[in-house]
Amino acid sequence: MAKFLTTIRLAVGAIALLCVLAIAAPVSAQDRNPDGSVNPTASAVKEDQLLRELNRIQGRVTIPDTKEGVLIQPAGREWREFHQVTLYWIGAISIIGMLALLVIFYLMRGMVKIEHGRSGRTVVRFNPFERFVHWLTAACFIVLAVSGLNITFGKSLLLPLMGADAFAGWSQWGKYAHNYLSFPFTIGVVLIFLMWIGGNIPSRTDVEWVKRGGGLFGHDHPPAYRFNAGQKMIYWIVVLGGTAVAVSGYILMFPFYGGMTVAGMQLAGIVHGVVAVLFIAAMLAHIYIGTLGMEGAFEAMGTGEVDVNWAKEHHSLWLEEEARRVGGATPRATPAE
Amino acid sequence: MARMKFLCDADRCIECNACVTACKNENEVPWGINRRRVVTINDGKPGERSVSMACMHCTDAPCASVCPVNCFYTTADAVVLHSKDLCIGCGYCFYACPFGAPQYPRVGNFGSRGKMDKCTFCAGGPETDNAQVEYEKYGANRLAEGKLPLCAEMCSTKSLLAGDGEIIAQIYKERVVKRGYGSGAWGWKTAYKETIAS
Repeated sequence: MAKFLTTIRLAVGAIALLCVLAIAAPVSAQDRNPDGSVNPTASAVKEDQLLRELNRIQGRVTIPDTKEGVLIQPAGREWREFHQVTLYWIGAISIIGMLALLVIFYLMRGMVKIEHGRSGRTVVRFNPFERFVHWLTAACFIVLAVSGLNITFGKSLLLPLMGADAFAGWSQWGKYAHNYLSFPFTIGVVLIFLMWIGGNIPSRTDVEWVKRGGGLFGHDHPPAYRFNAGQKMIYWIVVLGGTAVAVSGYILMFPFYGGMTVAGMQLAGIVHGVVAVLFIAAMLAHIYIGTLGMEGAFEAMGTGEVDVNWAKEHHSLWLEEEARRVGGATPRATPAE
Repeated sequence: MARMKFLCDADRCIECNACVTACKNENEVPWGINRRRVVTINDGKPGERSVSMACMHCTDAPCASVCPVNCFYTTADAVVLHSKDLCIGCGYCFYACPFGAPQYPRVGNFGSRGKMDKCTFCAGGPETDNAQVEYEKYGANRLAEGKLPLCAEMCSTKSLLAGDGEIIAQIYKERVVKRGYGSGAWGWKTAYKETIAS
């Protein structure tokens, strides 16, 4: 009997011990310190683990500025790499490269002359409203480009020449100009889009034009309507590039509006920078063709009237259209002064 | 010279926000700006931790690198400071900063930013030490008075440590050894490319 009681006692003791162990189970060996005390950090959030999961540590703050809930965002260092290295190279290569190309091209080809000389008669190419919109956009673009390049390249190029105070003052005004002129620039881009969309839909004539090496590259004069393939390309660069810089620019100008995160702001900065430097490079080519590159081209946006022979060589189909529309051989011809 | 650093012992931080309040008061920080804040991770869940964060005064600071007007400078104590006379309020330092330290007062409509403001490690700015003009622009210059940043000095649990990096790292290591655990020096890897083994 005594033996039986001992067995029961042993069994109860063993069950009790198991129960204690079961209750204590959540605190496993690794949750305990070597001395047996509970390690409260075993289940705690870990910096390394959080960074691995999201590459960002996000929490809750009690201050009103909720974006400060981001504790650590190592992506900032990547953005720095973009701004200080990647954008520098993209900008320098595209802009200096384009300038070099244009100089080489000018030395090789020179100004493209009107082959049959000036006829002395002109035809209206752009009305005053079109020219106003063009120059509004162009003037804004130049200020935006200079003040924008200053933000990226100014400290390497101008700061050593101007000194810290003068450079900061100039950059401050550059920032104001950049912010405020963005509005007329955007209006200009929208008007350009609406005003010239009719003549800028790619068509079969463009394929022919490119094949025959129209514009600057060949010596041929393939037929073209009001805008040839090259001009259509510039049009779409302005419309699409302008939209991209405007949208990304307004995001940067209205920081963190509409729940924008720091990652979104960084992306806007990247898009704005890359599109802007490529846009500037493209516009350098546009300025070259419109001035030094081609005889008789600047008048289109200057006085608004081009020489009939120029129109015949570069926009033969457009000239025919104009002639039909007006009902004469050469519409609104004015004698040479 | 010392290499000044902050270290927040997350196992001690009780999210009392006294560091935030002390900083605002000591430096007369403008409305809407917090140079320091306490972020709680996994709030309300097991393993929740709070970390007090401000400018970490990084080695090779990203803010200084991206600044278009080079308004940042590093003092002999390795404190990263900036000149509000040169700052144009472009906001780039905020995008580059891993710790969300730069702050901007709103000075107009839309999102127009004023001169950037951030933690100075209670070391003022480029003006003469403790001049009125320095105080108005940057807040207190306790370092020039031989004192450490107030946020850390008055931390009730001594969670937030400020001072020479080697000394505060040593204090933290001793704590970890004594209590047997430590979740590490938050942000040190990102700011100083080093960490304290725990």
